[in-house]
Amino acid sequence: MPAMNMIEALGSAHDVMMERDPSVVVFGEDVGYFGGVFRVTAGLQKKYGKTRVFDAPIAEGGIAGTAIGMALYGLRPVFEIQFADYIFPGFDQIFSEASRIRYRSAAEWAVPLVIRSPYGGGIFGGQTHSQSPEAFFAHMPGVKTVIPSNPYDAKGLLIAAIEDNDPVLFFEPKRIYNGPFDGFYERPVTPWAKHPLAEVPEGYYTVPLGKAAVAREGNDVTILAYGTMVHVALATAEAEGVDAEVIDLRTIVPVDIEAIEASVKKTGRCVVLHEATRTAGFGAELAALVQERCFYHLEAPVVRVTGFDTPYPHSLEWTYFPGPARLGPALRKALED
Amino acid sequence: MKSKKERPNRPALALHVPEPGARPGDEVDFSHIAIPPAGSVVRPDIAARPDEMRDLAYTLVRVLDEEGKAVGPWDPRLDPDTLRRMLRDMMLVRVYDDRMYRAQRQGKTSFYMKSTGEEAVAVAAAHALDREDMCFPTYRQQGLLVARDYPLTEMMCQVYSNKGDKLKGRQLPIMYSDRARGFFSISGNLGTQYPQAVGWAMASAIKGDSRIAAGWIGDGATAEGDFHNACTFAAVYRAPVILNIVNNQWAISTFSGIAGEELTTFAARAIGYGIPGLRVDGNDALAVYAATSWAADRARSNLGPTIIELFTYRVEGHSTSDDPSAYRPQGAGAKWPLGDPIQRLKGHLVALGEWDEERDRQLLDQLGEEVRTAQKESEKLGTLGNGHYDDVSSLFEDVFEELPWHLREQRDQALAEAEAKR
Repeated sequence: MPAMNMIEALGSAHDVMMERDPSVVVFGEDVGYFGGVFRVTAGLQKKYGKTRVFDAPIAEGGIAGTAIGMALYGLRPVFEIQFADYIFPGFDQIFSEASRIRYRSAAEWAVPLVIRSPYGGGIFGGQTHSQSPEAFFAHMPGVKTVIPSNPYDAKGLLIAAIEDNDPVLFFEPKRIYNGPFDGFYERPVTPWAKHPLAEVPEGYYTVPLGKAAVAREGNDVTILAYGTMVHVALATAEAEGVDAEVIDLRTIVPVDIEAIEASVKKTGRCVVLHEATRTAGFGAELAALVQERCFYHLEAPVVRVTGFDTPYPHSLEWTYFPGPARLGPALRKALED
Repeated sequence: MKSKKERPNRPALALHVPEPGARPGDEVDFSHIAIPPAGSVVRPDIAARPDEMRDLAYTLVRVLDEEGKAVGPWDPRLDPDTLRRMLRDMMLVRVYDDRMYRAQRQGKTSFYMKSTGEEAVAVAAAHALDREDMCFPTYRQQGLLVARDYPLTEMMCQVYSNKGDKLKGRQLPIMYSDRARGFFSISGNLGTQYPQAVGWAMASAIKGDSRIAAGWIGDGATAEGDFHNACTFAAVYRAPVILNIVNNQWAISTFSGIAGEELTTFAARAIGYGIPGLRVDGNDALAVYAATSWAADRARSNLGPTIIELFTYRVEGHSTSDDPSAYRPQGAGAKWPLGDPIQRLKGHLVALGEWDEERDRQLLDQLGEEVRTAQKESEKLGTLGNGHYDDVSSLFEDVFEELPWHLREQRDQALAEAEAKR
């Protein structure tokens, strides 16, 4: 099996699905001839032609709106919002339209589409190339939200998302496109090549939406994470010598409540970890679910480890980023309380 | 750079806020509206370049003259049966509207919107399009459904949100959807359907289909970003789509000047995009038909989109929740210089010797009977106040294709609450 980084795995998912299903079309800013600013769609236009892979005007509302029209026709559009920070001009089409068309028409119409978007920080992208807006979409009935943490899952989840008959938000943590960044930013970057989850089959397979994975088994504390933060959790647990169980949620809506409950009831302690801002972040939902369902198993309060409630900074990126320096003390607190 | 002291004579800047010509109590005055004679506007070849037909965005394509004759190059030369069918559909829309308006006043539903004076905009377009073409309407094109023979009982069930409402009581009355008749589910967020129409048309072109799409938007909503997104995408990809702007002069209480019509026309928006823009007498069913056919021919010939401004007047209030006497002179609609679309088409048929008062009266009676019968049928299935759609678990259906765990739990909670109430 070839080793692929996230970009290659995502490109392979596109390739597999475009080959299998002629209704799959791909478009977005710079995705056509050039293959996308992160190169995810490289080579697709050459292979599948300009009418199935093409560049779009810089108008996210127009991209989302036309994709909905294509889905209504019967295509399966997979479109890229170049940075998740740019998604907001398209928000109305996603929030008021894509998410509700099945509902408002009593299933007369459906819009199977995938919105791919590189998200998250750690690349010195400043406040408009670093944000994690997943909570806005988790709050939205009718849209599934998926965030992979490794090449194997990225490909399998993207294929499952393209096959899904509901609109799917697919956020790609851009900091781990090329390697499993673990938050120890002063250390050299490790590429995916040697990582077991970089072994990606070339053909078709799926990773089901709505199912979490246990990234590390442990007994003393559960860390709920997704995307880049899975690697931060693994590395921090290692560095702190904590026997943590790391749950990689993979899909945040619908979230895998069984996996969360099973783990927290086993460990009795829970740390919720995400890069997005704290207030009303998805961690608040996770903390509420855990206390509603696992209260009598909890030995300590649920701890949230998140980005601060500020815009994403440029020079102070590592002060903002919820890396090992913030997670380590939180783990110790969860264990000591 | 000069300091402020060195240039004391500059005028203070002043913000311009457009204001309509007449407010309540004022005399209605439509004399500023330029109305070229019917038949006076050229009809370009569909393959002509958009930049060769810019004048069409500033005039009015008109076919029916003052005597009810169809004149000039835009005359679609329709046979009498088609004309009578269009007249019948427009009359039916008006009878239906009056009936449903009264039903709302009787408390049988929450809300209604009439299309009085705008019947030609939808009905004539529906007749000019192919039955398989896809419509992305806004909320005042019930004429499309009537022209495509959607059963009145079904429409009323949607208005009443009753047990026969196939939308399960989820939508505001008049926000119809009917896939079988190529009528997309109406949104309440204005303008969203416009880029969707373009996307549908792009998909039809991607698949090498022959069907085209048509979208409708109001004059007010052309100010939305979605309007401009739709125009950009339609122009860039030469999408086979007709983009209709229904300029009925009013967006609730706001006149079209606030949407940017004071110094230009809505059809002229097309020019900057390199799209042909036609400004059409929207109360002239033949002009609407002819413009739609012309645009459809362009779309089907891979010549791309057309923007059609349908110049008309919203005779009634915005909706049952609106009182236009609070912001415009009363009776303004009756003085609209382009007349009433039904009377004008009727006058044409009479002038042709294909219609008369007796037949008109008979048809009106027959349509009244049809609407009353449909109303009785639909009211057997309930009204919003009495016997509306009430299946509690349906609240949770169709959020997703399959019910996820959290909605399953919430459904059980709602069912338990309903049980406790009994």
